[in-house]
Amino acid sequence: MTNGTKQKAHISLTLNGEPCEVAFAPHKTLLEVLREDLGLTGTKHGCELGECGTCTVLVDGKSILSCLMLGLDAEDRCVETIEGMADGATLHPLQETFADTGAAQCGYCSPGFMLAAKELIEKSPKPSRDEIKEALSGNLCRCTGYIKIYEAVELAAAKMRGEKMELPRESLFGIE
Amino acid sequence: MSNGKPLNVVGKPFRKVDARAKCTGQTKFADDIFLPRMLACKILRSHEPHARIKNIDLSKALALPGVFAIVTGKDFPIPYGILPVSQDEHALCIDKVRFVGDPVAAVAAIDEDVAFDAMNLIEVEYERLQTITSIEEGLFVEEPRIHEYGDGGNVHKKVSLEFGDVDEGFAEADLVREDTFFYEGNTHLPMEQHAAVAHFDADQKLTLWSSTQTPHYVHRALVKVLEIPASHIRVIATPNGGGFGGKSDPFNHEVVVSKLAMMTGRPVKCTLTREEVFYCHRGRHPVLMHVKTGVKKDGAITAMHFKSFLDGGAYGSYGVASTFYTGALQTVTYDVPRYKFEGARVFTNKPPCGPKRGHGTPQPRYALEVHLDKIAEQLHLDPAAMRRQHLVPPNTVTANYLRIGSMGLGECIDKVVEGSDWRSKFAWSESVPGAIATGSPSPRRTDPVATAPGTDLIRRLPYGRGIGIACSSYICGAGLPIYWNNMPQSGVQLRLDRQGGVCVMCGSTDIGQGSDSILAYIVAEVLGIDPFDIRVVTADTDLTPVDLGSYSSRVTLMTGNAAIQAAERARELLTLAVAEKLGVPIENISFAERRAFDVENPEVGVSFAEAVVLAESKFGTIGTVGSYSPPRSPGKYKGAGVGPSPAYSYSAAVAEVDVDPSTGIVTVERIWIAHDIGKSINPALVMGQVEGSVYMGLGEILMEEMSYRANRNVVHKFPSLLEYKSPTTLEMCDVKTYLIEDPDPNGPFGAKEVGQGPLLPVMPAVANAVYNAVGVRIDEVPITPEKVLKALREKERGRDPRFGPTSIPDVDWPEPLRVLTPAEGGDGREMPRVAVHS
Repeated sequence: MTNGTKQKAHISLTLNGEPCEVAFAPHKTLLEVLREDLGLTGTKHGCELGECGTCTVLVDGKSILSCLMLGLDAEDRCVETIEGMADGATLHPLQETFADTGAAQCGYCSPGFMLAAKELIEKSPKPSRDEIKEALSGNLCRCTGYIKIYEAVELAAAKMRGEKMELPRESLFGIE
Repeated sequence: MSNGKPLNVVGKPFRKVDARAKCTGQTKFADDIFLPRMLACKILRSHEPHARIKNIDLSKALALPGVFAIVTGKDFPIPYGILPVSQDEHALCIDKVRFVGDPVAAVAAIDEDVAFDAMNLIEVEYERLQTITSIEEGLFVEEPRIHEYGDGGNVHKKVSLEFGDVDEGFAEADLVREDTFFYEGNTHLPMEQHAAVAHFDADQKLTLWSSTQTPHYVHRALVKVLEIPASHIRVIATPNGGGFGGKSDPFNHEVVVSKLAMMTGRPVKCTLTREEVFYCHRGRHPVLMHVKTGVKKDGAITAMHFKSFLDGGAYGSYGVASTFYTGALQTVTYDVPRYKFEGARVFTNKPPCGPKRGHGTPQPRYALEVHLDKIAEQLHLDPAAMRRQHLVPPNTVTANYLRIGSMGLGECIDKVVEGSDWRSKFAWSESVPGAIATGSPSPRRTDPVATAPGTDLIRRLPYGRGIGIACSSYICGAGLPIYWNNMPQSGVQLRLDRQGGVCVMCGSTDIGQGSDSILAYIVAEVLGIDPFDIRVVTADTDLTPVDLGSYSSRVTLMTGNAAIQAAERARELLTLAVAEKLGVPIENISFAERRAFDVENPEVGVSFAEAVVLAESKFGTIGTVGSYSPPRSPGKYKGAGVGPSPAYSYSAAVAEVDVDPSTGIVTVERIWIAHDIGKSINPALVMGQVEGSVYMGLGEILMEEMSYRANRNVVHKFPSLLEYKSPTTLEMCDVKTYLIEDPDPNGPFGAKEVGQGPLLPVMPAVANAVYNAVGVRIDEVPITPEKVLKALREKERGRDPRFGPTSIPDVDWPEPLRVLTPAEGGDGREMPRVAVHS
């Protein structure tokens, strides 16, 4: 950029289900390419060192830390970000339940949590509480204490199985 | 407020108004702002902990293509700081650096890569100075001084207050106990790194977007430092990706990007790295504490003397307030008839400490609650029953002139005691097995803790498993603003349009706690509409009336009251117009379900939008305002400004833990917590705050600490999310929450705070449970496996089974400022010093 010697890389990928081409400085991480070159700022960062899970996206259905993956490595891959989670105007069940339970407080870590949870539910449609804890143990949240997140994931999984499930009253009002 | 009518919005677990945006990635945090032609800013920070700046050579950096501007301390001659008494920061250091991470120069360049490269080309010549690294050194090493102000040497602030004669109180006591504690510092660790974007636009006005909890104070700091009129500066607080107090100071990067935008004529963004966030800090002060309490046989406190020593780090920040807070709220939980507080804050060459969730009170709360546990054991009392019996009475004034209103702690204790099955689990098993029965005071009949039948007082938990209790209280908003003025602390403006649209404008800042939603819920309740009908505009100094910011748990109470006032004024106008139209008396008009109607004939009415049309036709454009000022505090003595609040929230927690005696590892299985919320505006959000508080408390008690290399370089050991240990899903415990609703007359719909209070009892409850599990006292936070093992080893050797500080520095305290307590007929003013000595 400074003296015209930098060459931009140019790749094509499937982004949130749509074909996409993007040019960027070749040293950039997928996180930077998504945010800076594709304008998809829904993917957040908390450390840019692979420590917090905040930048989690799905690549070919698997959750990865986009701060640790080069943008170049996304060539010909299917990348899914928070922006692609809803089906048009219809929110993904995880987005609904994160909103309903208050699992998104400041909301900064929420995209990463929702994508990691999506991978889990696709693998394990009826995850136990321990499975959820294990699957989300690489994502840090400082607001919620994780509890509303577990509940949101359980509710969404039930929804996706076509089951009716409601939060117990004590989750929303405390124990009587 | 609700006119006795049923509540349709308040008390219901609605979604937050911004929930959909947050769950779809559409919320724009500060670093999500990208403006055309925007430059990137990086700040060069000192790698020296304490040094004079001899020379800064910018020539190589300036020559780098893509560099647009570089600023140094010379560009920022005017100091600033959050407190008027501590204007000790410069956006970039002028003549010396005071900690590793202190900002020295800042670059604006075409992109972040170039800015980094340029930073590496800046040559700074330092002359090292002796470092001040500890509380002891801060107290006793007078030279070199880190700052040229304060209470002498490297002491920033010394305070000494005495309410009633504590010696008299100690003389009346059956037992006087003294304990020493240390609470290590820790940091907020918001997931969002601080970021700021400045734009000096075509009409020569500055706009700053920043992840700040206090846009109003940032606005004031920019006016001062940049020397441009307030009306030419607009500060917009973007939604905070977590704050916890860490984004409450005006920060150097906010000032720097503003200046660079003015110099370059282009937008400039600075996003801190995670490492830099550790250097911004303003987190929990490390505090060494000594507490001496006199009690009667039944645990009634006769007097308390509390001393605290705060390691403030390199700048003032909120530190003077923090110092007072380590001594202010001891009196609002239990009845303390005579009270003395001495506190000292020192400067050291570390990142500056400031306000973290609970501001200055988690440390003394931990000390006090563990201390009370030891007292209960010595008196052979059940620690839950002892606390329950000596609560501060509601609607009273404490010895240090804090006015208590509603007080739901008794019920909180009952809930966690019952829920945790305390009575069948707890006993002083090791030292005084079964002693609880013999030593118990005659309980009040209403006290379910002590009178419960079936208490056999035999410990049922095996060695290694333990249970502990602690209580706490917290302010619902600081009674006084940070700078002296007579204006409201919170303002709300409401605009109603003829289509039925309602816009709420308020300077408050949503840091994830849901303050935007609270405004919508409250206005919707008063006007009988749906909260999602409302447009909420907040935290923009150009568009919204001032609210002082998201700190001191003030937002729900203060903006809530301001919102009620604004909405009631609007409803009054609508009522007049609708009553006239319907031909019914005004007292018959009610608002609900988006309608205004005759309560005696509910089908007779108009839609809310029609009501606005009628009112607009009658009165013109409908806009109303509301504001809130806290009641005046009865305390008039110097120092009475810290502690007063319109209301106090209360919490009680029981922790059940497993301690592995072979590794020292503490696993918290479950915490039962009850919080006196007054009234939940939205119980789901209250639950989230309680659970989040338990989580953060768990991190503080078990693992989180700001630690520095053990040499004179004072380098932070691990400024990263990996090495600074915080609880993941795998460490988080199970939480059982009880919400106690004891409405406070000063709260909106009776509501009190919840963002900070429930954190406070967690640390001491866990510490007390560890003792109950393995019989060792860890009088130093965090309780790491190493400390547990060391204490267990002491126990095995027959020595004092504890880990923690054994002494406090011998300090020359100033002559205390003496105040007669309300019980002694005091008027809230200090006694003339001559009278004391006569």
